[in-house]
Amino acid sequence: MTDHDTQNSQRTGAEYVRAMYRAMIQARLLENKLSSLYKAGKIVGGVYLGKGQEAVSAALGSALIQGRDIFAPLIRDQAGRTAFGEPFIDCARAYLGSALGPMRGRDGNIHRGRPRDGMLAMISHLGSAVAVVAGSLLAKRLQGNLLGAVGATCVGDGATSTGAFHEGLNLAAVEKLPLVVIVANNQFAYSTPTTRQFACADLVDRAKGYGVTGHSVDGTDFLACAGVIGHAVEIARAGGGPQLIVARLLRLSGHGEHDDGSYVPDAVKAGVYGRDCIDVAEQQLLEFQIMSAEEIAEIRETATVEVQAAVAQAQQEPVPDPYQEDWCAFSSKLCQPET
Amino acid sequence: MSVTYIDAIREAQETLLREDPRVFLYGQDIAAFGGAFKATKGLAELYPDRVLDAPISEDAMAGMAIGAALQGMRPIIEMQFADFSSIAFNQIVNHAATHFYRTGMPVPITVRLPSGGTAGSGPFHSQSMEAIYAHYPGVVVVTPATVADAYSMLIDSVKLDDPVIFCEHKFLYRWLKAKSFQGDGLPIGKARITRTGRHATVVTYSAMVHEAVRAAERLQKESGWEIEVVDLRSVKPLDIDTVLASVARTGRLLALGEAFPWGGVTAEVVSRVVADGFHLLEAPPMRLNSRDTPVPYHPKLWAAHRPTPESICDSLRKLLSY
Repeated sequence: MTDHDTQNSQRTGAEYVRAMYRAMIQARLLENKLSSLYKAGKIVGGVYLGKGQEAVSAALGSALIQGRDIFAPLIRDQAGRTAFGEPFIDCARAYLGSALGPMRGRDGNIHRGRPRDGMLAMISHLGSAVAVVAGSLLAKRLQGNLLGAVGATCVGDGATSTGAFHEGLNLAAVEKLPLVVIVANNQFAYSTPTTRQFACADLVDRAKGYGVTGHSVDGTDFLACAGVIGHAVEIARAGGGPQLIVARLLRLSGHGEHDDGSYVPDAVKAGVYGRDCIDVAEQQLLEFQIMSAEEIAEIRETATVEVQAAVAQAQQEPVPDPYQEDWCAFSSKLCQPET
Repeated sequence: MSVTYIDAIREAQETLLREDPRVFLYGQDIAAFGGAFKATKGLAELYPDRVLDAPISEDAMAGMAIGAALQGMRPIIEMQFADFSSIAFNQIVNHAATHFYRTGMPVPITVRLPSGGTAGSGPFHSQSMEAIYAHYPGVVVVTPATVADAYSMLIDSVKLDDPVIFCEHKFLYRWLKAKSFQGDGLPIGKARITRTGRHATVVTYSAMVHEAVRAAERLQKESGWEIEVVDLRSVKPLDIDTVLASVARTGRLLALGEAFPWGGVTAEVVSRVVADGFHLLEAPPMRLNSRDTPVPYHPKLWAAHRPTPESICDSLRKLLSY
C-alpha cells in the first residue's frame, strides 16, 4: 500500500498538501486512462469520474489514517481512495473485471472497497453510507477504541434529498460521533440542477438543524480545501462531534462517461466553479513554494508509470469463471441446491 | 411456573449480552422503557452501554447495525413493528444482504421483527414480511413458533455470520407458554414435525403452526383424519427434505401462512413440492393464506382475513375429498 501504513497521526502542513496533490494527480491520470479504456470498449458497465472534485476528495482522504479511521467514498472519490491508501490495482481490477482482488468480478467500477481495512464498498443507493459509517464509529466506542478515530463519507447535492442522508446524519448527531460528511455540491445530480433538488439558500445551513458543525469551502480552491476539510477532520478527531462540509464546485465531466453533460450551460462552465482544481493546485504549490516545478513533473511521471502498470496487470489477469463460482450469498454454508 | 414466548426473547437477549461482549441492542424505546412489547425489560439496567434507544429512523438503525457488524460487533436491531422495517428495506436487502457476496466480508446483524396480526392492530401494525426478505439472496429468515425456538433461534441467529431477519409473532408473545426455554436443539434450517399424521400434511410456520394443530385436532375428533403438521421454523433456508418426506407419507399438501397470498412462502413450498415430488402427490397441492387486502382493523374483519382453524379445516376437507 502507501506510506499510510506507518502513519499514526493526521498529516498537517506541507506534508498534508503534498499528499493531497499527489493523490489528485494519481486519480486524474488513472481516471483519464479509465475513460480511454471505456471509449475503446474495454470496460463494460459505467465509468464515473471525479474530474473537478479531486481537491475536495483528496483533502479528505489525506486527512484520514488507514487502520484507524473509516472511509466510505462515493463515485467521485478516486482521489480520496488513493490518498487513503487504496492501491491502483483495486481500481483497475474492479473496472476491468479481474477475478482477483477484493471484488472478483462480483461487483465492479466504483462499487468496490476493502471493508477490513476500513474502506467501505459503496452501494448505489445514495446517502446509505452515512449511517453505516456512524455504526462503525459506534462500534469503536463500544469497543473502547474510538479515541482519536474519525469516520468520513462523501455525498453529492442529490443525496442530501434522501431520507437515508437525513436519518444517518441525525443519528450521528444524537450519538455525537466523530463523523465527517462532505457534500460535494457539484450543481447537478446527473442532469438535475440544484434548483430542482432543494430550496434552501445554502445546504450548509442545514448543519444547524442537525446540531452539527457546518463548514463551507470553494471546492476548486486547493489550499482552501486543505484548510477547511483538514481542520474539520481535526475537530472531529478531537471530539467535536459530526462535521458537515459543503464544497461548491462543478463536475468537469458527465455523470458517467456515457454522458456528455450537455445540459450544463456554458455560462456555468465558464463561471467561477468551472476552473480545474488541479490547475489551481499547481499554481498555489508553486506560488507558496510548497513544491517545485520539478517535483510536480516527477509526481506526474511516476503516476503515469504506476497507472499504466496497474492497468496492464489487471488486463492480463483471469476473468471470473461462472463454472467455478459457488453461487452462494451466505457465508454460513446455508445454501441449498437451486430448484 | 411457566415462561412465555416474549420471556424467551428477552431471556435470549440477556444471555447474549452476558456471554458475548460483541452483542448490543438498538431500537426505539428499548432502553429504560424496555421496548413497546417489553422484550428488553430491565436489560438497560444490566447493560446500560449496550442497550441503546434509537431515533425513529429505521433506515439509519439498520445502516448503523451494518457498520457496527463490519467492526466486529453483533448488533440486534428491534424494529418496533415488522411493518416499519419497510423503511429499512434498502439497508437490509441492498447493503447487508449483498455484502458477503460482493466483498467476502459477512455482516452478522440480527433484525427482530415483531410480526403478524393481533386483534385491532390494523394495516400498519400486523404485517408478515418474511417472504419479502426471503426473496433476496444473502438473508436468513427465521420464524419461530414455540417458546423454546424463540429462545434458541434468537441465540443461533446472533451467532450466525449472515444477516438474519427474526420474525417473532406478536400473537404468541404472552399467549404461548412453556415449562422452560429448553427445546430439542434443532438448528436453523431444519423443520420439525409438530404433529404426526398420515392423511395430509400441513406445512406452515410461526403462529399458524398452532392454528394448524387446532384444525388437525378438530378433524381427528370429527372424522378420524390424521393430519401431519410441519413447522418450517426457518423459511430461508427452507427444509424441503422434511417437507417432501412428510408429503411422501401422506400424499397430500396444504401450505399454510398468515402472509398475503401473492407469491410468498406457501407458493414457494407448493412450487418445490410439485417440482421435486410431483409423483408423491395424490391430490392437487393447496395453499391457504390471508386475504388479498391490507390487514383490517376490526376484530371481526381481522379474524376472517387470516386463516383460522375453521378455514384450515375447510381447506383440509377439500384436500381430503380428492
